[in-house]
Amino acid sequence: MNNNILQNIIFFVGLILLQVTILNNVDLFGYIDPYLYILFVIIYPFRKDRIPVLFFCFLLGLSIDIFSNSGGTNAAATLFIAFIRLPLLKVILRKSEIDFVVFNITKQPFLKILSYVSILAFTHSFIIFSLEYFKFSDIDTILYRTLLTSIFTIVLTIFSLILLTRKK
Amino acid sequence: MQQIVNFILKYKYFLFFLLLEIIAISFTIQNHSYHNSAFSNSANFLSGGIHKRVNRFKEYAHLREHNDQLLKENAQLKNILGLELKNNDSASAHVIDTTKYFQKYSYRTAKVIENQYQKKFNYLTIDKGERHGIAPEMGVANSKGIIGITTNISSGYTTVLSILNENAKINVKLSKSFHFGTLEWNGEDYNILQLSDLPIQANIQIGDTLITGGKSVIFPEGIPVGTISNFKVENNDYSTIDIKLFNDMSAIGPVYIISNIDKKEIEQLQESTTNE
Repeated sequence: MNNNILQNIIFFVGLILLQVTILNNVDLFGYIDPYLYILFVIIYPFRKDRIPVLFFCFLLGLSIDIFSNSGGTNAAATLFIAFIRLPLLKVILRKSEIDFVVFNITKQPFLKILSYVSILAFTHSFIIFSLEYFKFSDIDTILYRTLLTSIFTIVLTIFSLILLTRKK
Repeated sequence: MQQIVNFILKYKYFLFFLLLEIIAISFTIQNHSYHNSAFSNSANFLSGGIHKRVNRFKEYAHLREHNDQLLKENAQLKNILGLELKNNDSASAHVIDTTKYFQKYSYRTAKVIENQYQKKFNYLTIDKGERHGIAPEMGVANSKGIIGITTNISSGYTTVLSILNENAKINVKLSKSFHFGTLEWNGEDYNILQLSDLPIQANIQIGDTLITGGKSVIFPEGIPVGTISNFKVENNDYSTIDIKLFNDMSAIGPVYIISNIDKKEIEQLQESTTNE
């Protein structure tokens, strides 16, 4: 249990550092950065008590915001996907209850993982850009950037998931 | 009372989520407005330090360009120094008359360690702060043009409101005449800015040069900005004027922080005038 907490802290700090030092400087096509840090939201273990997940995801987003001077956009988006991830997973897996003790997201069929990751990544990018532009007249720019960013994020996240599961 | 407790217990996840979401959105709104200094800004010891370390690697990619730019600026300044009066025979009896000098602005150097140009509200972070004499609302520029205005400061780092930010409005004028306008950004192309409030009498042409106007206390007059790349006339008025910057905003290295020595005096004077 202790080992698990330490592992999560290292994962948390590692993702923030990776995001702000490397991924925020990728700038594909001039301005597309992948948000790989949502990997934390995707694979953080599912528990009955959801308060810690919400709190850690808020903290994760806020840390990214502090590094990139973006107010609270990343915090709001990460918190939102942390809130919807359990209901979303239930819908995708067509289950009314999830056995938290034995459940492991990486053991699920590939297509279900892909749709779970895609919906979370798309929602996350959409909230970030909507809050950043904050104007309905900019909806085309918001959708265009959301689409490009989320595709890039999904590809990177799936690759990272494959890498992480192969090690074990 | 029991019902309220039950309600809170029943919806505690949702209420907790709502509380944090409201906090996050209020930070965002605060960040979008010019006057509130943002709570979450990168001018702090931790994120400033990490950006500085990352920048040590990134700056190698642009060393050649930055060297060229500094050399050109040196040559320009040396040419100005070399301008002497032709009939100055009394070179041996050279007297420095200090009353002839009048310094209004002082310049400090800094390095950009984090540069944003992809968003709608962009900020830069520079590696100088309060202990190097930086204060909020100072101008930031390099030899090719203006870059932004300092906002949040910590002891060692400063965030700069980039001219690529919806809140940045900078007074500029045409170098060929005395017509003033306001420089803004519509959030699209990071090398193209927009000029507004220019009167139709200015009679602009594509390729005209813009410089800072000197009407504000932040920037001195005459810092280059860019050239007019495109404009439209509608109802006998300029509807859109696109300005191509001299600077490449995606590759900014060494910059100057400009402080107006008389700023306090001017502001006090303006305040006392409006109070009367």
